[in-house]
Amino acid sequence: MHRKSVNLVNRFSCRCRKPLKLLGEFGLVAQRLAGSRIREKRLDQGLRQAAVAETVGISPSYLNLIEHNRRRIGGKLLSDIARALGVEPVLLVDGADAVMLDQMRSAASQIGSDLAAKVEITRAEEMAARYPGWGALIVAQSERITALGQQVQALSDRMSHDPQLAGSLHELISAVSAIRSASSILVGPEKLDADWQRRFHENIHSDSLRLATSSEAMIAYLEAPDTQLDQTAPIDQVERYLSQTDFHLAVLEDADADPRDFAEQSGLKDGAQALLESVAARYVRDALSLPLAAFQESCEAYQYDPAALANVFHVPFSSVLRRLASLPKGQGHPPFGLAICDAAGVLTMSKSVPGFSLPRAGGACPLWPLYAAISRPSQPVRLEVALPGSKASRLLCYAIADAQQTQRFDVPPSVQSTMLVMPDPPETKVPALPVGVSCRICPRADCTSRREPAMVGVHT
Amino acid sequence: MGKRVLLIEDEPNIIEAISFILSRDGWTVHTHEDGTSAMGKVLAMPPDMIILDVMLPGRSGFDILRDLRATDVTKDIPVMMLTARGQEKDRELAQRLGANHFMTKPFSNTEVRDYVRNFMQA
Repeated sequence: MHRKSVNLVNRFSCRCRKPLKLLGEFGLVAQRLAGSRIREKRLDQGLRQAAVAETVGISPSYLNLIEHNRRRIGGKLLSDIARALGVEPVLLVDGADAVMLDQMRSAASQIGSDLAAKVEITRAEEMAARYPGWGALIVAQSERITALGQQVQALSDRMSHDPQLAGSLHELISAVSAIRSASSILVGPEKLDADWQRRFHENIHSDSLRLATSSEAMIAYLEAPDTQLDQTAPIDQVERYLSQTDFHLAVLEDADADPRDFAEQSGLKDGAQALLESVAARYVRDALSLPLAAFQESCEAYQYDPAALANVFHVPFSSVLRRLASLPKGQGHPPFGLAICDAAGVLTMSKSVPGFSLPRAGGACPLWPLYAAISRPSQPVRLEVALPGSKASRLLCYAIADAQQTQRFDVPPSVQSTMLVMPDPPETKVPALPVGVSCRICPRADCTSRREPAMVGVHT
Repeated sequence: MGKRVLLIEDEPNIIEAISFILSRDGWTVHTHEDGTSAMGKVLAMPPDMIILDVMLPGRSGFDILRDLRATDVTKDIPVMMLTARGQEKDRELAQRLGANHFMTKPFSNTEVRDYVRNFMQA
């Protein structure tokens, strides 16, 4: 199995090294061939090759060559085939960014059902391909809405549970109540003797002073810098921080690096800082066991094969997976995605790459090797997967679930699953496992692992 | 002597205002400011009606209401809850615990006076 794995990666490396340099990291996914798209669209619609060929006036064998990208296509023939398949020619030429497409569908799935019913889900791909700028805007706005929703929720929780704020509000309302009640008595139709008048005037005065003091205190509290914290979840803050350097933390490559200092200097606060410290500590351990220079050299020599690298350095498989995902950018390494989850399947770390992105909220597709690995701890999983759609991404995944060292008796082990993702591996004869992003936006109608129906219009 | 209203509230100026408007309307108003000893005060001289604040020092008005409804001598005393917390869940909790009425601060004097007047005369 090990040799087979090395051979496959050898082929992957040989075929991909050049395009990587020519097209950049995102080129592999961006470069899709029109023939493949024609074939996928035709199969999606259940049309026979001969029928489409006849419609456009070419032989089935010529269409076969086109579909396998052995003949260039353009002009009138492309338009004719697009018409026969009922799609826009631009879809066959450029395709749509699969990640953007998924994000657009997710955005549609998050709005109310009335509006969602009006969204032309079936034309999302066309929209993403023809107007990528507008697609990006939809995605950005959806993310903004989600972030604002989280912020509102956080502020709402704060209003309900922050004892200092609750106390300040109570003080304010009590003072206002007393002032309102006393002033009503003073201006009421009933006559008051001078003593009562004086007492209620004094009460109003003292309550107005109290109101001023508590208002100032409350404003000061609300305007304090530490209340303007990023309200997104700590894990999102950490991932955003790590993504600035593509998950490579150069300062932690030093053997003397202190994770706590690093986290304190990050600018993150509270939970996010604590989380970053634990991530940094793990990074330092990985860096110590897999020194960067030697590791990069071995990556080249062993064609980025995780199993071979784990054997060479005598380290756990999961360390290699994390280390590969944190290789420095711009040094010719292929892009690697990473996902880490706990035994409950909750994502605790996720690094996206073109063609790969797992949703944290709403539940990811359970078919990913990341989750399969949990059912067989300590056993590495190597699996090629394919995402749905005409812009299908194929990804080579390496995963392993292992127990974290507890060194304590009678304590259940903390199991953690780690998955490394390599976009666009070379084609093999072994069919890729069909997976999705999440059920709501997955068109695979016959999936036995489906948790919930797909939104209307996703099925093609 | 008019019917007795016990006002359990910790804000002195609110106590003075409510006491004034109810006394002027003919009720005998007794007051108490502490949550911990409130039940003792009620048991010592059960009133005809209780106006009960929710946020009290020592013990919450909800806890006191729960005890009132669980005690034979006090279980039928009408209770109007008075609170700065006007959230629906607080209102529902008060109703579930057996409050007869729920009024939020800042309240209107007329509203307080009319409710007590109407309830006592019913």
